[in-house]
Amino acid sequence: MGELLWILMSAMVVNNFTLALFLGLCPFLGVSARVSTAVRMGAANLFVLLITSLSVSVLNAFVLGRAPYLRLISFIVVIASLVQIVEMVIRKVSPTLFRELGIFLPLITTNCAILGLAIFQTNRGYGFVEGLFFSVGAGLGLTLALVLMASIRERLELSTVPALARNMGLVLIVAGTLSLAFMGFAGLFST
Amino acid sequence: MRETTPTQDLVRGIWRENPVLVQLLGLCPTLAVTNTVANSLAMGLATFFVLLGSSVLVSAFKRFIPSQVRISAYILIIATFVTVADMVLQAVVPDIHKALGAFIALIVVNCIILGRQEAFASRRPVGRAALDAVGTGAGFMIALLLMGAPRELLGSGSLLGVRIMGPAFEPWVIMILPPGGFLTLGVILLGFGWWQARRRETVRPRLWPHEVVAEEVA
Repeated sequence: MGELLWILMSAMVVNNFTLALFLGLCPFLGVSARVSTAVRMGAANLFVLLITSLSVSVLNAFVLGRAPYLRLISFIVVIASLVQIVEMVIRKVSPTLFRELGIFLPLITTNCAILGLAIFQTNRGYGFVEGLFFSVGAGLGLTLALVLMASIRERLELSTVPALARNMGLVLIVAGTLSLAFMGFAGLFST
Repeated sequence: MRETTPTQDLVRGIWRENPVLVQLLGLCPTLAVTNTVANSLAMGLATFFVLLGSSVLVSAFKRFIPSQVRISAYILIIATFVTVADMVLQAVVPDIHKALGAFIALIVVNCIILGRQEAFASRRPVGRAALDAVGTGAGFMIALLLMGAPRELLGSGSLLGVRIMGPAFEPWVIMILPPGGFLTLGVILLGFGWWQARRRETVRPRLWPHEVVAEEVA
């Protein structure tokens, strides 16, 4: 159990996908202007990460042992179809949620955090249960980074910043500072 | 769609529509693998190869790709070239392959490549698609080197592994760590914004809420 908890916490804060590994930067910079959208985006990502991890476990166990060179291609095909299916199910089951997620849902396919998770999970040899904890940790970490960033940007709107710095450059410097703060978690599990 | 000359197709992506500095695409690899110049070069070359290969292939097969499944078809073509690039790098430069890690595989989801297929290669002849890919690939490489050179110089005091700074220089370790990537790109974008603002100085700068209020009071 301690091992599993370590995987979860490590993916969530120590090796945060966004701030330490640079995965999933597009939503991090693109949809982090409002806290409410950031939360929804984070939740959608968490869900897709979870089902990706499940299908990658299945693929690794039954298909890719025999044909390792098909890894990348099969991962991306599975992710693209999963996102498509999730989109269809949500549209059918809850049209309200579908409208709220809007364009974010299909864009998750090209979010490198998802493919990154599939590759890391395979490279580290995580099985079904480890993968489950890994994906939940990664998803929570993404959500945490998104919400933190969105909160800072909402405050930034109201502060007096030179007009020249009112572009992505400022957001990146804020992200750098956040990333610096997250480096502090590196000592969390030193034994 | 606006007609362009072959020269425009080639030059556009290098600076005026630079994928990273202007369009802010492909930021994940730009930040993740640019801690040394050698890594930046390898990443730039691999992306260049994948972009050129997929643009030519997509353009050549555009008549046979049904528009309903075009994105999946592009991704499959891109993934094939990435697999090739991955294997070549592993065979030729194993050290760099190890340093780049998962980010070689992640070229598949680099939005610059998919963007060029959708916006350009899928509706233009093969030659033009190749020119566009060369320009965009070069622009991406320039952005990677703009990131990699200062990060390696300040972070380890060297360039391409050759020591530049004297023995008295204390390396700014932060530059080769993740925060250094964000900070370097932030500074580059701020500088780029300043340069663009200077070019169109005649245009009145946009006011921010408190300034508008101040002006109304005055």
